[in-house]
Amino acid sequence: MTRWPRAFALFCYEFAVGDTPELAIGVGLVIVATWALAGKHSPLGFWFIQAAVTLLLAVSLWRGAVTKART
Amino acid sequence: MTATLLIALAVFGASAVETVEALTIVFAAGLTRGWRSALEGAAAAFGCLLVVVAVFGPTLVNYVPINVLRVVVGSLLLVLGLQWLRKAILRATGYRPKHDEDAIYHREVERLSGPPRTQSGRDAIGFTISFKGVLLEGMEIVMIVLTLGLSSGHLLVASSAALAAVILVAAVGVLVSRQLREVPENAMKLAVGLMLVSFGSFWGGQGAGVSWPGGDLSLLGLLAGYAVVTWLAIRFLGQAGSGPVQVVG
Repeated sequence: MTRWPRAFALFCYEFAVGDTPELAIGVGLVIVATWALAGKHSPLGFWFIQAAVTLLLAVSLWRGAVTKART
Repeated sequence: MTATLLIALAVFGASAVETVEALTIVFAAGLTRGWRSALEGAAAAFGCLLVVVAVFGPTLVNYVPINVLRVVVGSLLLVLGLQWLRKAILRATGYRPKHDEDAIYHREVERLSGPPRTQSGRDAIGFTISFKGVLLEGMEIVMIVLTLGLSSGHLLVASSAALAAVILVAAVGVLVSRQLREVPENAMKLAVGLMLVSFGSFWGGQGAGVSWPGGDLSLLGLLAGYAVVTWLAIRFLGQAGSGPVQVVG
């Protein structure tokens, strides 16, 4: 009976995290930081989220490329 | 109008990619274990997915505040979109092997070739494999339909686009009777990844308090900006060199 919840939890983990934990953690941090910046009615939030998402993609690509280079 | 069109395109593209993967598994199960069980498994999974949409769709709309929904949905879309974009860029530049439906199909056929099915025409293995394949790939479609549909208030548009993609890909798959290897899966994944990241930034930001200039129109700006970043990443990684490109399932 415990197999289904476990399987569902595993599916959710694979779906959201998988082999890219840096993206899951990074997106959480980006949203919190955007909320902190935009909450003060600053236009910084608008620029920050785009720059942070771009940086996150670059970091994850770099990690993927380095992993491939090592194997 | 802009957002609605982009939502329909994003859901259609994502659903088409996932349907190709699910169809490959159903084909392998059908040809090796019998079509009756494979189709019953696929139909059962499809029914489960419809129940998930019917239960979670209205519940989320009615009980979760819109800004909370946007933050959660935006975050999910960002994670999913960045995963797709990363995978597509790494595949396009040879840092990751390309996805090959033919290889997956042959691997599944080999795995499923076993004891003969029962005389009734039903086969538990064929049913289970088909059910799991459609349920897992379909769950990704459901996630995208729910997240994009609910945040924008266009659940019907998102559901219709997904259904149209499933029907179209299934029809093409049946008509050509092969594993849809000509579908430019990586290019589609790249385009859909771009759209998901754009929507994720838009709604995640909006839920977090960002006021986007031009409203929905800023989605086009986000899409163009991320497309330039993707193009630069492909150029940079492509020039960095990565050895021969492998093709695996």
